[in-house]
Amino acid sequence: MSEQKTVHFIIERQDSPDSKPYTEEFLVPYRPALNVVAALMEIQKNPVTKDGKKTTPVVWECNCLEKVCGACMMVINGKARQACATLVDHVPQPIHLAPARTFPVIRDLQIDRSVMFESLKRIQGWIEIDGSWEVNTAPIQNPYTAATAYEIAHCMTCGCCLEACPNVGPQSDFIGPAPTVQAYLFNLHPFGKFDKEKRLNSLMEKGGITSCGNSQNCVQVCPKNIKLTTYLAQLNRDVNKQALKNIFDK
Amino acid sequence: MSKKNIIVVGGGLSGLMATIKICEAGGEVKLFSYCPVKRSHSLCAQGGINACMNTKGQNDTTWEHFDDTVYGGDFLADQTAVKGMCETAPKLIKMFDRMGVPFTRTAEGALDLRNFGGQKNKRTVFAGSTTGQQLLYALDEQVRKWEVKGKVNKYEFWEFIKIIKNDKKVCRGIVAQNMNSMEIEAFRADAVILATGGPGVIFGRCTASTICNGSAVSAVYQQGAEIGNSEFIQIHPTAIPGSDKNRLMSEACRGEGGRIWTYKDGKPWYFLETMYPAYGNLVPRDIAARAIYDVCVNQGLGINGENRVYLDLSHIPAEYLERKLGGILEMYSEFVGDDPRKVPMQIYPSVHYSMGGIWVDTKHNTSIPALLASGECDYQYHGANRLGANSLLSAAYSGTISGPEAIRWSESDDIGDELTDEQLAAAKQECVDEFENIINMNGKENAHKLHHELGDLMNRYCTIVRVNKELDFCMGELKKILARWSDIGVNDKGHWANQEAMFVRQLRNMILYAMVICKAARMRDESRGAHYKPEFPNRDDEKFLKTTIASYDPETHEPKITYREFDHSLIKPRPRRYDVAKGGK
Ligand SMILES: Cc1cc2nc3c(=O)[nH]c(=O)nc-3n(C[C@H](O)[C@H](O)[C@H](O)COP(=O)(O)OP(=O)(O)OC[C@H]3O[C@@H](n4cnc5c(N)ncnc54)[C@H](O)[C@@H]3O)c2cc1C
Repeated sequence: MSEQKTVHFIIERQDSPDSKPYTEEFLVPYRPALNVVAALMEIQKNPVTKDGKKTTPVVWECNCLEKVCGACMMVINGKARQACATLVDHVPQPIHLAPARTFPVIRDLQIDRSVMFESLKRIQGWIEIDGSWEVNTAPIQNPYTAATAYEIAHCMTCGCCLEACPNVGPQSDFIGPAPTVQAYLFNLHPFGKFDKEKRLNSLMEKGGITSCGNSQNCVQVCPKNIKLTTYLAQLNRDVNKQALKNIFDK
Repeated sequence: MSKKNIIVVGGGLSGLMATIKICEAGGEVKLFSYCPVKRSHSLCAQGGINACMNTKGQNDTTWEHFDDTVYGGDFLADQTAVKGMCETAPKLIKMFDRMGVPFTRTAEGALDLRNFGGQKNKRTVFAGSTTGQQLLYALDEQVRKWEVKGKVNKYEFWEFIKIIKNDKKVCRGIVAQNMNSMEIEAFRADAVILATGGPGVIFGRCTASTICNGSAVSAVYQQGAEIGNSEFIQIHPTAIPGSDKNRLMSEACRGEGGRIWTYKDGKPWYFLETMYPAYGNLVPRDIAARAIYDVCVNQGLGINGENRVYLDLSHIPAEYLERKLGGILEMYSEFVGDDPRKVPMQIYPSVHYSMGGIWVDTKHNTSIPALLASGECDYQYHGANRLGANSLLSAAYSGTISGPEAIRWSESDDIGDELTDEQLAAAKQECVDEFENIINMNGKENAHKLHHELGDLMNRYCTIVRVNKELDFCMGELKKILARWSDIGVNDKGHWANQEAMFVRQLRNMILYAMVICKAARMRDESRGAHYKPEFPNRDDEKFLKTTIASYDPETHEPKITYREFDHSLIKPRPRRYDVAKGGK
């Protein structure tokens, strides 16, 4: 039998939130267009390490496999990205997989990102409508503004930008680029605007936009190519204006 | 009066819509989901959502939408239900617009509309090529608002295991498991809504998310809920074949002018345009999928003799493509490596959607009192074939029905007593025992490999072309797979985030559901919509203008199949053809 071509993975594993990490290596049969999630699925079918030791299947999170749900974010060869959209042909081997440790690890590559959803509450990440019943027809929107909103609305709360940001972590309480920029999205909407002050004020508090160190890492890793730094800068201006206004209104 | 306490399982479009309606009516919701609801499968929807907005000078009417849906579904959908949905659709779009969905707009700032298959008028509202994501996010945001107000309690990363009934056989609670701590817990409610989405993963590779396993539907089926029309599985004509999943290339590609072709006698052959001159590339999905199958499998004319044909956008200006289809074109480049703006894409049909599901009445009540079902997990609205962009609509619309109906149950005396502590404890213990048994399984089979075999089997025999002899064979093989399930060996014996053990439990449910699909297909000796049997090439209204009902037989683990009359009083069935324009009403 001819040698089958394989892909070499080195995976950082961890059995529970408090236990010590360790690594295991795996060889997965190669095929064209193989991506990292598909490789992890192969390990599920045959959970045996490179050295022939039987082990437990690797635990990770995934749903859509199309880079829209945000679930399968992990650190691949040192960079935070979506595993489903990472083709093994496009990254050097051996391929190192690790959990995004900006977040608490649950098990192996699975992490707890609930903090991001909590931040969406803080910035009031919704449009205040009276109810789902019929009211008025929604107003016409400037198609250019709507296109900007569409861009930001792609944010899938994956957490790449938090993992890459030097100011997110135990040393700071910065809520991170993704939830911050969502405030800008809701402020663009014809009646989302009505709560603009509330959102800007929430960003003046601890962990708000002043914690952004402008390192520009976020924009480089965003899998949706959202111009995060542009909107952070815009928000920064809005927040400063609001701060002045707050002083004069006192 | 006690509080109105509803459990909603599933936070896709349907579950979130129901949740909002319940909160608005003063109820409280416990919301269960495999994942943060914001990551639910609804976000995969690309193309759009249908509603008669009539803003393109085509005199579009809700009746026309109704007629297209019934006709597209080959007259197997409950017409009163469909009519209600089509009439409500424009109001739902206005609601989504107020919630801030960034719909694609015309130059004057109004909602733009696009073409979709099986409809002559522009009726599909869209947000670029990520409509589902944007609609889901809008509802997710509104539900977050209710969460802040304390009216919604989310149980994310919890798996629904089964329902619990009281002495009057009314559904008054559920058992669920925390997917991290593995703790199993029983919960009380006044009524329960299942909004758990489709069963695509039973087919192994499909266009759906990995969590669309139909396991919850199968669980309540085993507890007495009936399944309707399960044999009607939609095969989407245009997907990128993949080993982990088939990635969808939206029908919007054809809606925006994409053409399907392959080489014949050395020249491009636009076979849909030749075969169906009236609709051309915009024929409905079942028709397009069968034509591609025929061209590849029977005529051997696939690209390089393989099962693939071209889906071509390369004649359309790049700027236009970017604005209308940017998201999915990027996906194709990313997962395949070619640029569809320059070279034609290569596609093949894939399992995509289930028209069938839990049987419900027009208020979304299942056959078990106080258990409701809405969204793709129910059987309503689409008959034998779903029109593109009608299921985001049915998912959202059905939530506006199931939510208020659950509230009605909570205020009714018919629900009887709430579950006693003993009943809760007993239901929980059963599930704990079952789970411990799974963890202790030490057989030879690998659950994921067995699942792969299940998918291959279902794909081979229960998709585009169905032959009775082969369906009999398939049923036999499914029984063998069920027997082999008992011989699974579980590698992971731990009690923390044990995905493998949970998968083993899901797999058994999937196998039982697969049997329902197979048997229902075997029994329906006609061709209608997505269900095509060369042995019986015609529709047989005399025998089969009926809903297929499957109920579980605990003795044999197989379904019992019966047929039920349904409401087709508004539009008289007529032959469904797409080579000529759709005839009279
Ligand atoms: C690739 C793709 C593209 C599509 N494009 C379109 C389109 O353009 N237009 C259109 O109209 N339709 C489209 N559809 C179909 C449409 O997206 C779905 O039918 C619809 O979104 C289903 O919504 P839902 O609310 O019923 O379920 P889902 O969105 O699937 O949600 C199911 C929910 O149930 C939860 N769940 C399931 N089982 C359990 C369990 N056991 N325990 C706990 N939670 C559970 C999940 O976590 C999830 O929250 C598309 C489908 C696919 C696959």
